[in-house]
Amino acid sequence: MNFGERRTLIESLSNDCRFDGRDKKTFREVTVETDVSVTAEGSAIVSIGDTKVIAGVKFEMGTPYADTPDEGSLMVGVELSCMASDNFETGPPSFDAIELARVTDRGIRESKCFDTKTLCIKKGEKSWTVAVDISIINYDGNLFDACSLAAMAAIKSARFPKIDKNGNADYHNLTKNGLKFTKIPIGVTVIKIGNQIFVDPTEKEMEGLDARLTVTSVEDDTICALQKGGIAPLSIEDVSNMTEIAIEKAKELRKLL
Amino acid sequence: MVYKKRFDGRKFDELRPITAKAGVIKNAQGSAFFKIGKTAAYAAVYGPRELNPRFMQNPRTGILRVHYNMMPFAGQGGRVRPGPNRRAKEISEVSKLALQQVCDLSACPNSVIDVFIDLPETDAGSRCAGISAASIALADAGVKMKDMVSAVACGFVDDKVCIDLDYNEEAYDHIEGGVEGADVADIPIAMVPSTGEITLLQMDGLCTRDNLLKALDQVQVACKQIKEIQIKAIKEKYNSEEDEE
Repeated sequence: MNFGERRTLIESLSNDCRFDGRDKKTFREVTVETDVSVTAEGSAIVSIGDTKVIAGVKFEMGTPYADTPDEGSLMVGVELSCMASDNFETGPPSFDAIELARVTDRGIRESKCFDTKTLCIKKGEKSWTVAVDISIINYDGNLFDACSLAAMAAIKSARFPKIDKNGNADYHNLTKNGLKFTKIPIGVTVIKIGNQIFVDPTEKEMEGLDARLTVTSVEDDTICALQKGGIAPLSIEDVSNMTEIAIEKAKELRKLL
Repeated sequence: MVYKKRFDGRKFDELRPITAKAGVIKNAQGSAFFKIGKTAAYAAVYGPRELNPRFMQNPRTGILRVHYNMMPFAGQGGRVRPGPNRRAKEISEVSKLALQQVCDLSACPNSVIDVFIDLPETDAGSRCAGISAASIALADAGVKMKDMVSAVACGFVDDKVCIDLDYNEEAYDHIEGGVEGADVADIPIAMVPSTGEITLLQMDGLCTRDNLLKALDQVQVACKQIKEIQIKAIKEKYNSEEDEE
């Protein structure tokens, strides 16, 4: 984003209007579609405007960690697939992909929205790892929120595989049981450009950002993960305003799940 | 011969249900979604764009690159580790050769056209679905092509010619309901439907030469059916754009 565009955007934001006509607190159209891949135990496609991501869940059988012998684990991976944008490159995961995966992972993990003990099959010997993989299909900004929503939608729709007589996972036959959720964490990213803050940035708006704050919250407004990005610092007042908006918007997004 | 009725009730020369849509990825110059049975492929075309490093450039013509990738949750078994592997590299290369035959890239020398094929779910025949999707995406991108490339797997299950094998048929010799040790051959084929030129041909399994030729005849018919669906997808996209105007 060049200097002129940036100045115009900030001016326009001060009148609560963006390049695409939205006000600062309005998301683009958000849609959630589940069961989009038969080979995954759970899956979802989430669209936010022209941003589109797909998440798939596989349950992997493994050995529990030594310090938590009666628990399973969660793993989130994000691939910035080259099909989604000509700015994404082939090769090992970029920092952006790693950060996206870690922030999505942290939001779900720290909310303690499901009991990892229910992933234990046999104490100290066998447990499930919930592997959530997210691929970007088309990129137009706001991947943090899209990935958070898609990951939750996919995990919520996931069903455990049956266990065959040899004790292995039978991926062709799923049980009717999924994970039981006590709460639903939702991540919302708030952007700061100049002295203006707003949600759901497009690709163009992402280019111009000074700072961003991703806030993951649950139903009772408790915050379970934060991630600040961007070069500019945030004041305490900024954090206060940004978390307030994020918690408010999370309530809206949660209704889609 | 024991395999008299297909697992999913299809006729032996019948394709699985197909849906095809062009223009599904907005950022790409051309794109498509192609689903045959439970095998689905996205294809996105980017370019022509500058090819780096420069020693790879060809001053006579543009270069086609294909990147085949299964999403980690797209396999029939457990999770597949993301990133390139030997299988994906080979399929990318043979898919490129399959598509290159119909593309005239002489108008964009020194540049590259990248085709990204990503599969969210697979039930056998993934390279064929990928090629069929890529062909629609290339046409959508406005690449000069002399025809579509249509691809489908054929094969033998217990000596019976089958078109468009699914996973259960491919695994007939070791799954429940199949016959232990039965002969199975899986032959993915890509074809230029108007000329019958074969641009991809691979096989694993066992089959006689006579049987192979018999199967190839049947594949040509199937590829023509696929081509019609591909063309329809392109037309639907451009007709709907006209409606909007």
